[in-house]
Amino acid sequence: MTTMTDPPQESFRLSMLLNDTRYRSYTFQFIALMAVVALIAYLGSNLVQNLRAAGLNISYQFLGEPSGYDINQRLIEYDSQSSHWRASVVGILNTLLVAFLACVTATIFGVAAGVLRLSKNWLVRKLMAVYVEAFRNVPVLIWIIIIFTVMTAVLPAPRAFRGDDATASMLFDAVAFTNRGVFIPSPILASGGWIVILTFLASIVGVIFYRRYATKLLYDTGRLLPMFWPSVGILFLPSILIFFILGQPISLEYPELKGFNFQGGWTIRGSLIALWFALAIYTGAFIAENVRAGIQAISKGQTEAAASLGLRPGRIMNLVILPQALRVIIPPLISQYLNITKNSSLAIAVGYMDITGTLGGITLNQTGRAIEAVLLLMLFYLVISLSISAVMNIYNNAVKLKER
Amino acid sequence: MSDTPSQRNPAFVRTEMLPEQAPPATETGIIKWARENLFSGTSNSILTVLSIISIYYIVVSAAPWILNGVWNSASIRECREILEGAAGGCFAVLTERWNQLLFGFKYPNEEYWRPGLAFVLLFVAAAPVMFFKYLPSKMLLFTALYPFLAYWLIWGGPILAPIFALFGFVVGYVVWSQLVTRSFAAGFFGSIVAAALTWWIGGMITSAVAPEETLLSAVPSRDMGGFMLNLILGTVCVSLSIPFGIALALGRQSNMPIIKWICVVFIEFVRGVPLITLLFVANVVLAYFLPPGSNFDLIIRVIIMITAFASAYIAEVIRGGLAALPTGQYEAADSLGLDYPQAMRLIILPQALKISIPGIVNVAVGLFKDTTLVSVISMFDLVGMIRGPILASTEWNGVYWELFGAAAILFFVVCYGISQYSQWLERELATDHR
Repeated sequence: MTTMTDPPQESFRLSMLLNDTRYRSYTFQFIALMAVVALIAYLGSNLVQNLRAAGLNISYQFLGEPSGYDINQRLIEYDSQSSHWRASVVGILNTLLVAFLACVTATIFGVAAGVLRLSKNWLVRKLMAVYVEAFRNVPVLIWIIIIFTVMTAVLPAPRAFRGDDATASMLFDAVAFTNRGVFIPSPILASGGWIVILTFLASIVGVIFYRRYATKLLYDTGRLLPMFWPSVGILFLPSILIFFILGQPISLEYPELKGFNFQGGWTIRGSLIALWFALAIYTGAFIAENVRAGIQAISKGQTEAAASLGLRPGRIMNLVILPQALRVIIPPLISQYLNITKNSSLAIAVGYMDITGTLGGITLNQTGRAIEAVLLLMLFYLVISLSISAVMNIYNNAVKLKER
Repeated sequence: MSDTPSQRNPAFVRTEMLPEQAPPATETGIIKWARENLFSGTSNSILTVLSIISIYYIVVSAAPWILNGVWNSASIRECREILEGAAGGCFAVLTERWNQLLFGFKYPNEEYWRPGLAFVLLFVAAAPVMFFKYLPSKMLLFTALYPFLAYWLIWGGPILAPIFALFGFVVGYVVWSQLVTRSFAAGFFGSIVAAALTWWIGGMITSAVAPEETLLSAVPSRDMGGFMLNLILGTVCVSLSIPFGIALALGRQSNMPIIKWICVVFIEFVRGVPLITLLFVANVVLAYFLPPGSNFDLIIRVIIMITAFASAYIAEVIRGGLAALPTGQYEAADSLGLDYPQAMRLIILPQALKISIPGIVNVAVGLFKDTTLVSVISMFDLVGMIRGPILASTEWNGVYWELFGAAAILFFVVCYGISQYSQWLERELATDHR
């Protein structure tokens, strides 16, 4: 007869901290924690000593002082008497502006190039391959500078538009490309202008409701309503009708050559355009590859199965391929948006006043508050990045294949 | 009874086969190809015509500019006189300033052969790693020596410094191979202590016997510039960041919460900020955190920050590779009785790194392109040289296209070459069934 007995309880010995896998991880974690604490303490004490030696302190009071510099491209009111904080806000808005413009444009370029790379047309396929390889393999900084050079050194000066023998002319008498920026007409709202805009917004809601209704009708009765032309009609007809009924309350202010420069309308600086298009074309090449990979990831059997169900090519794309491809395309697409936002900090190379140009550039140099300014700068980008990643995680969880 | 043809007496019977006829002209050769690939439908034909028109315009506007280019002149004014108003590029700036574009404007002229030789030897050193299946593994010895040799060639100065640096690694390796049979941790920490001790003693000896005249004259870091600076930053930071990246990735996968969170915070922080802010840190902030009186080169500070940046990205790539391995591999390693370092070295990492190669190459190419950002903190790399000394000089003020075109081509050649190599390597390493 055998009896099972528990193994004798080992008492804890010090050597078990190194040799017993149950305790060893605590040892390692303790060592790592101590190393990090020691590193931080070391860097901190260096910082304190260096600051004391230089007679400096850490303070954010400079944010409230008048900045004393001007920003030519701005979305909100700002002058040289405004505070450094306001300059930073102008910079943040400029960063968000160029990132938004570049994201939209890059998506258009990228999707077009990615789809055309899969085209049956040999020449188009090769052209798109050249575009993608050429732009992916050259630093974006060089593209930014090249486009900036076009904007400042190649385009004509405003005075070239003057006189009868003008060497340059405005596009449609409305848009002027000059080396001081691009001048475009700006809309002016008379009384009633808001009604037109509200009507247009209401039309958008109307289109959404129409499409929902059509889908519901299709599922309930199998009757297919036309989609495209009714949508266009709902979208534009009411706004145009109201626009003319109210006596054209929205007009355009055209830029005009006065003195040495154009007046009126909106000015888009060359630096903004350089940054915008360089980021869009460069990132567009990466997005094109993502789109191509996403579409190719859908197996050919899906297309064939859809075709054997009797779907037309357009519907195969819309109902079968794209919903599956988007699951592959969107996560890298969002990380490309993140890259655009981070790369927009290259604005400093062409003098576009984004947050890096204001807070990390002129403010830093004027006040000498390097640590504070760089810390705030990093914090801003960190917040943007982390919030975009959070959005991406939510999306990924939403579209994840539900495994059972 | 039998019916023979002669009895029926037909008018004509063919006795041999006809030769094959050529297919119709529209179904063969280039015409068929063009019909199928270029003009298979209305929209396709429109696309083709549009592409041909755009190619035509690009060629018509670029060809005379390239063909009429002036390769020999001293300044842009002279260049324009030679051209007499005709369209043409002023490529003379490239021949005139070629050395500046490659080496920066401060590197001593008579020493250009040193970085040149280091560049050529880079291929010799990289070859056994890149084509490990085809070259003898003994060549790896030269690869191990190369960093010290390249440092000595490019920076010059007393030869004792790189020799002691190398010696420290050798001592560390010897200690490691002695102690690793007892335990991995003992070998790891023992080798670090031994190497550090060697370097400390070596540093004292080097500074004690520093000779007045050295074989290769010392070139200070701030004299580095041009494309050489991009290449130095690119190769150094990529090769340093791979071991750090592996460590960070393993730390992030670890089941020790403190180590995991240290790695997560580092990786997410570095990935969340643009490289340019890290370069600002290297330029203006890092000095505050170093011991008072210490004077690090800007180039070393930049290397530290770019390496930190790259290792975070490489860590994420390798983490993807680790996650892609089936759990069975980890369990198989455990069931063989391997401990953690053995399992990682022998089973997990070889497979995970193989999966991560395309991602690592992507990071490397991106990083190499990002080295141009150092021009923003007033270092004179290729872009910095062009925007600074060359375009600001009176001779070449206004030669934009030729210079930026040359810079774009230099980067394109390197980056495209690396990505082609990585595709070849992927095919080479594919052991799965096709």
